[in-house]
Amino acid sequence: MSVKKEVVTPERLKRLEACLAVNKEKKGGLMPVLNESQKIFGCIPAEVQKIIAKELNIPIAEIYGVITFYHQFSIEPKGDYIISVCMGTACYVKDAQKLVDEVTTELGIKSGETTADYKFTLMATRCVGACGLAPVVLVNEDVYGRLTVKGGEMKEIIAKY
Amino acid sequence: MKALEKFENIRQQTIKNLELRLGGKEYEGKRHVLICQGTGCLSADAEKIEAAFAEELRNHNLTDKVDIVRTGCFGYCQVGPIVIIYPEGSFYSRIELKDIPAITQGHLVDGAPVKEFLLPESIEADGTIDDFQHVPFYKIQKRIALRLCGLVNPENITEYIAFDGYKALGKAIFEMKQEDVIKEIKDSGLRGRGGGGFSTGMKWEFGYKSQSDQKYVVCNADEGDPGAFMDRSILEGDPHSIIEAMAIAGYAIGANKGFVYVRAEYPIAVNRLQLAINQAKDFGALGNNIFESDFNFDLEIRLGAGAFVCGEETALLNSIEGKRGMPNPRPPFPAVKGLWGKPTIINNVETFANIPQIILNGASFLTAIGTEKSKGTKVFALGGKIENAGLIEVPMGTTIREIIFEIGGGIPNGKKFKAVQIGGPSGGCLTETQLDTPIDYDSLLELGAMMGSGGLVVIDEDNCMVDIARFFLDFTVDESCGKCPPCRVGTKRMLETLVRITEGKGEMDDLDRLYELAQNIKASSLCGLGQTAPNPVLSTMRYFREEYEAHVKDKKCPAGTCVELLEFFIDETCKGCTKCKKACPVDAIMGDVKTLHVIDTEKCIKCGACIPVCPFKSIKKG
Repeated sequence: MSVKKEVVTPERLKRLEACLAVNKEKKGGLMPVLNESQKIFGCIPAEVQKIIAKELNIPIAEIYGVITFYHQFSIEPKGDYIISVCMGTACYVKDAQKLVDEVTTELGIKSGETTADYKFTLMATRCVGACGLAPVVLVNEDVYGRLTVKGGEMKEIIAKY
Repeated sequence: MKALEKFENIRQQTIKNLELRLGGKEYEGKRHVLICQGTGCLSADAEKIEAAFAEELRNHNLTDKVDIVRTGCFGYCQVGPIVIIYPEGSFYSRIELKDIPAITQGHLVDGAPVKEFLLPESIEADGTIDDFQHVPFYKIQKRIALRLCGLVNPENITEYIAFDGYKALGKAIFEMKQEDVIKEIKDSGLRGRGGGGFSTGMKWEFGYKSQSDQKYVVCNADEGDPGAFMDRSILEGDPHSIIEAMAIAGYAIGANKGFVYVRAEYPIAVNRLQLAINQAKDFGALGNNIFESDFNFDLEIRLGAGAFVCGEETALLNSIEGKRGMPNPRPPFPAVKGLWGKPTIINNVETFANIPQIILNGASFLTAIGTEKSKGTKVFALGGKIENAGLIEVPMGTTIREIIFEIGGGIPNGKKFKAVQIGGPSGGCLTETQLDTPIDYDSLLELGAMMGSGGLVVIDEDNCMVDIARFFLDFTVDESCGKCPPCRVGTKRMLETLVRITEGKGEMDDLDRLYELAQNIKASSLCGLGQTAPNPVLSTMRYFREEYEAHVKDKKCPAGTCVELLEFFIDETCKGCTKCKKACPVDAIMGDVKTLHVIDTEKCIKCGACIPVCPFKSIKKG
C-alpha cells in the first residue's frame, strides 16, 4: 500500500503567497515562482498550479506546459531522500550505470521512480560538475564521490538514511 | 571621479596584505591559509577543514598573524581537498582533518612547510619545496578567465578590487566611448567561449547598432554539457569579474539591465553571485549612477530548471520570459530581437571573464596569445580516465598531448589511451594520431569535433566507442525539446539503430543509414542542439569504424562494454579455489575444488560478480 504524502499544508501555502507577492509584478516571474514552489512543496500539484495561474494571470494550461518541459519540476511528490546518480560523461565512463543498477536491486525502483513509502527517489541526473570526483552520487545535498563501483557501496550509503 | 578615488584607496589599502599571495613577498610576518571552497572540495569536507584550522589558530594564539581565506576552485580537483599557504605557496593536497594540527604546528607556528602533507610533485628530488605554480599541472597553464579563481575570497569585494577589480569598468565609463569599447573587443579577436566561437566584438556591435528604447545583456551560465564545469567554477571563484564584464557590455551597447541565467543545480554559484551583486551595489559599482556617472546598470539572477536546450540562446531567452525553453529560428538574431522583443546580447560566462582584462590591458593583451584565428586562452575541464582531473586554462594552440599527458598526467592504471571526447554531446572525439594537433576553434571543426564548452573526457581501452556514441544520443534524445521533427524524430531513430548495434542485432546497412540520417539531421534541425547532435556518432564512425563493424559483423564488443555481446569464460590459469562459484548469483559456474571451473553461458547473466573475487584473474570476457 502506498501512503499518500501530505504536500499542500497551510504553512507552505503561506510561503507560496509570499513568493507570489515578490514575483507578481516581475517580467517573466513564472520561472522564479515555479522554482520556489518546487522547493516549498517538493512538487507542483494541480492545486498549487491553480493558485499560481490565478495570481499571475497566466492560463493553467500554459503553466502545466512549462512544468512538464523542465526536468527539475514535478507534479507528483518525490521521496524524502533523492538519490541522484550523476550520469555525466566523466561519471559514465567510470561505470556510473552500475551504481544505478545497484540501487534498483536494493530498493526495487528504477530511475525516476519513488519507493512506496516515499522515502527514496532514484534519479539518473545530468552532470553535477564534480567530474574530479567521478563517479559521484548525491543523496539530497550529501555528496559521495570517488566511488569504486566494486559493489555494496550503494547499500552502505542507503543504510545511512 | 571621486568614486574612482574611493576604489583606488580600497585597492591600495587591501593589496598590501594580499601581495604575499603573488609570489613570496612578506608582509608583517603574516600568513594566509587559502582553503578551496569549490564544489569539488566542499563535497570533500572543506568546510570542516576550515573550522578545524580556525580552532587551531585560536589554540595557538595565531588569529592576528594568520588569515583564513575561503577561495574558489584551484582547478586541481583530483587532489582535493586543497589548502595553499602563502607566502610560500605551499600546496597541501588531500588534506584530512587529522592532518591539521601537524600542519598548524609545523608550518604556521614553526614556519616550515610540512612535507608529509604537501603535493608530492611540489617536492624536488633534492628535498627543496617548489611553489605550486611550478608543478606539471600548473606549469604550462596560462590563466586569464581563471585569473583570480583560487586567489581571492569570492565573498569579499575588496579582494577583487585589490587585484584591479572594477578598474576596467571605470576606464570604460570615463575614458572610452561606446564605439571604443566595442573596437577594443573586436580587435582582441575574442570569440564566444560557450561553443560557437562567434566574434564577441561583432555581436556587441550588432547590439549597439540596433535602435531601441530598451536593450538587455544576458550571461549564459546554463552550463549543461556533461563533463564541463568551468562556468560554475568562475561563478564560484570570481563572480565579480562577470558582474564587471556585464556592466561593461551594458555600457557598450546601451543596455541598463542584465540577467544571469544559471542552472539551478549550482546552488553555491548562485549564492556567491547574489552576494557579489549585493556588494557591488553597496559599493556603487552596479545599480543607478555607477561611479557617480550617469550610467545605470542593474543585474538579476534567473534560475534554469534542468533543460539542456536552454543553453541555446533563443531557448534561454524564452525560459527567462517564463515560457517552455524552446528555440526560435534565427534570424532575427537576439542582438536585433531578443528578450521581450528587444535587442539582447548573450555571452557565456568564460567569454565575459575575459572582458575586464582586455579593456584594462588593451586588445594586444589577448592577440599576443593563441593561434592566428583563435586568440587568448581556453578553459578545459579534464575528466574521465585521467590521472589529474580538474580545471585548466591553456593558450589556444596547445596540443591535446600536452593537456592530457603533461598537465593531466596520462591515463591511470597503466591503461592505453584510446580517444578524447571534446565538446560534450555536440562534439566529437580525437584519437591518438591527432594528439599533436594544436587545438583551436578551426582545427577542431576540421577534425569533426568542436570546441563546445571545453569538456575533455578521456576514454581508455576499456570503453566502447559505439557505447559512448549511444550514451550521447541517449542524452540528446532526452533533451530534445521536440519543436522540430529532424531532431525529435531523427535522433530517436539514430538511437534505436545504435541500441540495435550494441545488442548485436545490427546489420551493415545500419551504418549507412546512420550516416545518411546524421547528415539530414545536421542540415535541417532548427537549433544548435539538433544540428550538432549527430556529431558524436559521425566522429566515432569516422575514427572507429572497425569497432562498429566488429559489433555488426562479428557480434563482438572489442572493449568488452556491451553486455549483450559478451561471453564470460574461465581460462586455464584457474586454480579451482571456488570463490567465483560462491559469488555467482545464478549458479552458472561449475567445477570442484582444485579443478578448472567452467561457466555455463546459457545460465550466465553477465553480471560480472565473479571477476573481482577471482584471485588469479582467470575470468575473462570477450
